[in-house]
Amino acid sequence: MRKADIANEVYERVGISKKEAAEIIETVLNTIKSVLQKGETVKIAGFGNFVVRSKRARKGRNPKTGQEIGITPRRVVTFRPSQVFKKFVNQS
Amino acid sequence: MTKAQLIEAMSQKVTHLTKRQTEMIVNTIFNSIRQSLANGGKIEIRGFGSFKLRSRRMREGRNPKTGSQVHVPAKRVPFFKAGKELKEIVNG
Repeated sequence: MRKADIANEVYERVGISKKEAAEIIETVLNTIKSVLQKGETVKIAGFGNFVVRSKRARKGRNPKTGQEIGITPRRVVTFRPSQVFKKFVNQS
Repeated sequence: MTKAQLIEAMSQKVTHLTKRQTEMIVNTIFNSIRQSLANGGKIEIRGFGSFKLRSRRMREGRNPKTGSQVHVPAKRVPFFKAGKELKEIVNG
């Protein structure tokens, strides 16, 4: 499933054009991204939380050459699915 | 940011739709991602990231309170991998 398929779902359910649906999805994603950019958590009830976590500097290795390289401290986005989401994908 | 705040922020950006419609759109986006994963699909949103399911084997766990052994069945868990653009944004 890709963005266009989600736009299609929105088009079918909400009755706005596919083009407009695609634009709004883009706006939703950009809004989420700008919140994460600030380091803030995005909590979507029934879905999960997008959390920005800080990683310390550490030493890594190039798995191909075995050469040691420094990995700079960085921030990463992790997703913690909600209980509802976890249950949802396990019902058969 | 919570989902309610996301809907609020969206309805200020998309002024020609009612808040009710905006709410439906936001819900449809997350519901369709959830549904697609539950059906065994994979979601790829360029610039944002991808969602897929990861399998967890069954294991014997322990109730941390009582110490008694409990059987944890095999299950699937939703997994999100941040896309290139999102990774860069949080490190900007």
